[in-house]
Amino acid sequence: MPTFDLSVTPLREFNAALHSVANGDNDTAFEVVNPRGAHALAVGIDKPLSVDVRGSVGYYCAGMNDGGSVRVHGSAGPGVAENMMTGNVTIEGDASQYAGATGRGGLLVIKGNAASRCGISMKGIDIVVHGSIGHMSAFMAQSGNLVVLGDAGDALGDSLYEARLFVRGSVRSLGADCIEKEMRPEHLEILSGLLDRAGADAKPGEFKRYGSARKLYNFNIDNADAY
Amino acid sequence: MCGIVGLFLKDKALEPQLGALIADMLVTMTDRGPDSAGIAIYGGGAAGRAKITVQSANPGADFAGLAEALKADGIEATVTVKSTHAVVDVPAEKLDAARAGLATRPGLRVMSAGESVEIYKEVGLPKDVLARFDIAKMGGTHGIGHTRMATESAVTTLGAHPFSTGADQCLVHNGSLSNHNNLRRELVKAGMRFETQNDTEVAAAYLSNEIAGGKDLGQALEGALDDLDGFFTFVVGTKSGFGVLRDPIACKPAVMAETDQYIAFGSEYRALVNLPGIETARVWEPEPSTVYFWDHEKAA
Repeated sequence: MPTFDLSVTPLREFNAALHSVANGDNDTAFEVVNPRGAHALAVGIDKPLSVDVRGSVGYYCAGMNDGGSVRVHGSAGPGVAENMMTGNVTIEGDASQYAGATGRGGLLVIKGNAASRCGISMKGIDIVVHGSIGHMSAFMAQSGNLVVLGDAGDALGDSLYEARLFVRGSVRSLGADCIEKEMRPEHLEILSGLLDRAGADAKPGEFKRYGSARKLYNFNIDNADAY
Repeated sequence: MCGIVGLFLKDKALEPQLGALIADMLVTMTDRGPDSAGIAIYGGGAAGRAKITVQSANPGADFAGLAEALKADGIEATVTVKSTHAVVDVPAEKLDAARAGLATRPGLRVMSAGESVEIYKEVGLPKDVLARFDIAKMGGTHGIGHTRMATESAVTTLGAHPFSTGADQCLVHNGSLSNHNNLRRELVKAGMRFETQNDTEVAAAYLSNEIAGGKDLGQALEGALDDLDGFFTFVVGTKSGFGVLRDPIACKPAVMAETDQYIAFGSEYRALVNLPGIETARVWEPEPSTVYFWDHEKAA
């Protein structure tokens, strides 16, 4: 398994090695030591590789991930797995702001807490946070699922589109046009699948579902004067 | 964009290395702010003495005869020149008189005053600014540093942070304010003087004005949440410690680390990675709209 030590090897060399893996190559499992908070680690993966990062990372780790499996044995800075297309990213520690921002697919699992704006503008990504999330999470979230075993901060789901939000703990406040919704069998099934895949110790019945009231993102002729 | 670093030592054995540790943290933040840098180091204050740090664009001309001029005013002073800055050491009871005297001398700007603080700031890459003032050789109890990416006003020495807000007190800022022109007008009416068009200078003057009106620093920072419009992570240096405040939206980053030996602040985690024991430190992000203080005098 190729190991890269970022205290001696430039980050660019590591990312280039990930990008130069060809279909059928034997070496598809990589390890990184001494990440020391580096930014843009393991970005742009477009093959089914795996990366284990031994330490904490900076901004945009695993950004644009398409098919890779990235595990950070530490915490992550802002924007982890931003714009993920497919694949898996797991953070053993905490994640900073806008985790999973604008993600289009794949699964992001955060074992610790995530900070503000978790899942901002989600476009199909699934995010499971074992801990709590900060304020303005799922802002303008369009599709995908955000599952939170802990609590959510202020303004959850502000200006929400059709992403599904499941929170087990308390929600400090709901954002504009975000409301609590009934849990139906299909939601429990989705939630069950996600909790399984995320290794989360919780039962679907413990969660509440939140979604869009659909009054903000749909144009209503009666409100024409407001625009 | 700007980068902020701060280090508050709990372990006295680290005090001789304070400057070197902060310098290393600051250079790591160069990417966040390459155009200017500044640093406030607290330490070395002798009982009964006080210090004023002054700056000049023509140090040779403006620092010449400084000690003699103060002596003529009845103030025994020693002047230590460091490039474009000079530290004027005076008896503590003469601090106000010395400060007033220095402020009238042509070409001089007062950067800081107090019993233990020294502020150095200049345009240029952080590593060059730090080398110019030999920061890496300084010891102390705590310090804050700033790298600047100018957004609201010009790249000048005086536009660099930290800004002095009072005796032994200073402010650094990551973010940008939007109502600073309005606030400046009101503060001018209240008697505050401004040297630049800088938004952070307005925030510093706002805090000074609130404190002059009777609030303590904590209350002044609470007021800032209501009265300042814009983005900010503020780190405030005080005689015995430092404070941190993030605005309610908290877009601007802030990371902290604590061990038995220190409490550290950085705009990014990578500013902290060379600190001793960082692998097992408690690392967290301060909450928005919450005033935090760490204080030698109150620490156990």
